[in-house]
Amino acid sequence: MLRAISNRLVILIPYVWLLFFFLLPFLIVLRIALSDLEYGAPPYTPQFSYTDSWAVIWDKLSQFDFENFTFLFSDSLYINSYLSSLQIAFVSMILTLLIGFPLAYGMARAPLGLRPTLLMLVILPFWTSFLIRVYAWIGILKQEGLLNQLLLWLGVIDTPLEILSTNKAVYIGIVYSYLPFMVLPIYSTLEKMDESLVEAARDLGCTQIAAFWKITARLAVPGILAGCLLVFIPAVGEFVIPDLLGGSGTLMIGKTLWIEFFNNSDWTVASAIATVLLVVLVVPIVWFQNAQARATETGK
Amino acid sequence: MTGRWSWFNISSVVFGFAFLYLPIVLLVIYSFNESRLVTVWAGFSTKWYGELFRDQSMLNAAWVTLRVGLLSATVATVLGTLAAVSLVRISRFRGRTLFTGMVYAPLVMPDVITGLSLLLLFVSINFDRGFWTVTLAHITFSLCFVAVVVQSRLVTFDLSLEEAAQDLGCTPFQAFMKVTLPVILPAVVSGWMLAFTLSLDDLVIASFTSGPGATTLPMKIYSQVRLGVTPKINAVCTILIALVTTGVLIASIMNKRRAMLDARAAREMS
Amino acid sequence: MPSLGSIRRSFTPWEDAGAKPYISFKNVTKRFGDFTAVDNLSLDVYEREFFSLLGPSGCGKTTLLRMLAGFEEPTEGELYLDGQPLKGVPPHKRPVNMMFQSYALFPHMNVADNIAFGLRQDGMEKSAREERVAQMLKLVKLEEFARRKPHQLSGGQRQRVALARSVAKRPKLLILDEPLGALDKKLREETQFELMDLQQQLGLTFMIVTHDQEEAMTMSDRIAVMDKGIIAQTGTPAEIYEAPNSRYVADFIGSVNILEGKVVSSGDGHVEIDGPDGKFVGAVRSHAPADGATAWFAIRPEKMRVSREKPDGVDNAIKGEVWDIGYLGDMTIVNIRLESGKVVQAAMINQSRIVDDPIGYDEHIWLSFSADAGVVLDR
Repeated sequence: MLRAISNRLVILIPYVWLLFFFLLPFLIVLRIALSDLEYGAPPYTPQFSYTDSWAVIWDKLSQFDFENFTFLFSDSLYINSYLSSLQIAFVSMILTLLIGFPLAYGMARAPLGLRPTLLMLVILPFWTSFLIRVYAWIGILKQEGLLNQLLLWLGVIDTPLEILSTNKAVYIGIVYSYLPFMVLPIYSTLEKMDESLVEAARDLGCTQIAAFWKITARLAVPGILAGCLLVFIPAVGEFVIPDLLGGSGTLMIGKTLWIEFFNNSDWTVASAIATVLLVVLVVPIVWFQNAQARATETGK
Repeated sequence: MTGRWSWFNISSVVFGFAFLYLPIVLLVIYSFNESRLVTVWAGFSTKWYGELFRDQSMLNAAWVTLRVGLLSATVATVLGTLAAVSLVRISRFRGRTLFTGMVYAPLVMPDVITGLSLLLLFVSINFDRGFWTVTLAHITFSLCFVAVVVQSRLVTFDLSLEEAAQDLGCTPFQAFMKVTLPVILPAVVSGWMLAFTLSLDDLVIASFTSGPGATTLPMKIYSQVRLGVTPKINAVCTILIALVTTGVLIASIMNKRRAMLDARAAREMS
Repeated sequence: MPSLGSIRRSFTPWEDAGAKPYISFKNVTKRFGDFTAVDNLSLDVYEREFFSLLGPSGCGKTTLLRMLAGFEEPTEGELYLDGQPLKGVPPHKRPVNMMFQSYALFPHMNVADNIAFGLRQDGMEKSAREERVAQMLKLVKLEEFARRKPHQLSGGQRQRVALARSVAKRPKLLILDEPLGALDKKLREETQFELMDLQQQLGLTFMIVTHDQEEAMTMSDRIAVMDKGIIAQTGTPAEIYEAPNSRYVADFIGSVNILEGKVVSSGDGHVEIDGPDGKFVGAVRSHAPADGATAWFAIRPEKMRVSREKPDGVDNAIKGEVWDIGYLGDMTIVNIRLESGKVVQAAMINQSRIVDDPIGYDEHIWLSFSADAGVVLDR
């Protein structure tokens, strides 16, 4: 009896907290996305207020307007922002995988005594401020920056490359910032893998490369998917990287939302953007999670 | 098998770490640059650090950040541990799926969405924006990270330990406090550290939920970075990096020492 | 003709000086950093032999197998398979297959695909492959489990899949690393005989690594007992058990009582030693140790007789007190404390169900044994 009460308390405190500070805010975003814009503070007219009776709410629901959403789809700026975010996040994800997999593989094959140190070296940047790590690239990538100085000095180029304020810099920033998220899940699947599986494949007639593709790469799929999920999803909504490293031509939805909210004070459009972004992200989240569940099932 | 770390593996690890660390190292080096131009080396100097400590607005921002960080990390650790216990120990309760979803969703949720939605909540309940709103927002998203960290330790916890404590006369609450908590303490501590650094790092959510007089350090850094790269920012960043690195190193050395003591004890027994 | 042990063997190629060894280790050394895993070791194994490498963990037996399979290259020395040097031949080109200790079943493939893996690798065409897989499944009695994934099988079934996969390619030589290590005792005993049948049926050479002496004794034609990178003794199970060449081998296989003393006289294939536990006469293995040298009399518990009165006309008899009795069903183990304070073990086979006057605790008894019942060892 006492146990039941204490159990209930244990759940109730975080549960109520999350309901109030996580779920409720989303419902508010949705509500504002469905209201009309009017200037003032707060700059929106709610479609219905908390005191409305259900009958009134129902009445209003039936004449709901999706004006803000229609607006999003009528202006190519928003659609292009979504598409460009997805594209940038996808390309960055692939680039992160190309750098992250060899790193994770090399770590998993490192001498046993060295592995904890290597693991810590991957985690350490994750503890360092995201903003600082992005900022560090500005000095490297800009016109008179360190990279151009080095390349000019080496004689590889005659005129400085233009990297900062282009999408290239955004790719570099995302790959750099999210690399640990790719490396860690891949490393943990590779590290757990029984190395005698590769030896068995070699024993049964595989060359080293064939054994790598048929066994190692195949069994790392859950880790690769998890890594891709952890890079792709936050990268789509990224704000700091496109804002600091990208140029005026870099369209990303996080940045568009920020501008809409802080510069244009258009809360309703910002809310509509957030709602659509969430809908866009639900698809990859569910898809990835299903694929992962399938992979773990067959991988056991 | 050890002893077969091929050149390919070594070079991919070296390349990977060079990529991860070179930008940070350069940033630290150029914080000691005499010149105002960040990218032109003009001799060693610590003058930017001196200037930094005379910048009252920067110091204020650091103070706000520190208070937000300490408070939000502590509350988030308590709530996150409770959430982890509910997820691991109580296999069925009403709305468990919703609860699990709410715990995991913030881990991948874009900051702009979290920030915007929390701001709209505070506006609609007429809560004045400032120190408290930033703190509440930070508690909310970092409690989920704490929950995940503690949960991963709690699933491997041998429940019979707690049962043994109860068998020896503890109430369930006492058993948790005297047996379970000490065992999962390392995870709780690293959960706290994670929550603290998340709060220290956050720019986007703080920008949405903060109000006048509650400018955090990342917000301050961001507004200066937008105006251009200066050695002063490099100096702030270097101090932050030094603090976090020291913290993480101390924690991992303590872990390592404990592991070594355990290993030695195990050797002595056998 | 009297011989060691209770089996007459007809397959003894190692006694034939003209026989060509199938596997040859010639002065093989393997070092990992400054650790020497295998130390200047030479060994010949013959075709169709069931050969066991027996030793404690870390003695180098697994390293030996891995060199044969091609996962390690010797630091020094040469390996030959059927007369061909193996140096530089990668694992996938060796006509050798291995059954791994962990079984190493591919978790993402079902049983049939696991068995077919090596055949696919060889480019065997589909119909022949399917036929071979079916044959293998039948051989290990897993026909109904072809579509199961490894994690849906029991330990014993997994072991049989691993076995089927490693023999599917019809290798000349099968290497087995602790093949029965993960099975429980009863299943292990059954599987031992299955393995022996399989080896006979397919006419393979088996090279097996184990730390379980009983397993090695049951299955092998010959056993090599290893110790810290070298072979302590090679021989048939009976030779190893009845005529160990050192205290290490005697102690590693089965239980043994070892009584220390100085050699006082020798002759006629026997040696007499005198020590704190008494005077004993025992058989000499190859050459008699010199008079005055320290030697050890090694005798197995089942070769000692326990009686209340001192028996007449025996080579050795010592007095003792019953210290502990353990009834095991098929035999009874008696620990006896000698007058010197040393405790020795005797085993009595329980041939009758009903015993008129069984011995009890604290009784004073006599232990007796003939000179040929034990051997005198010089190391």
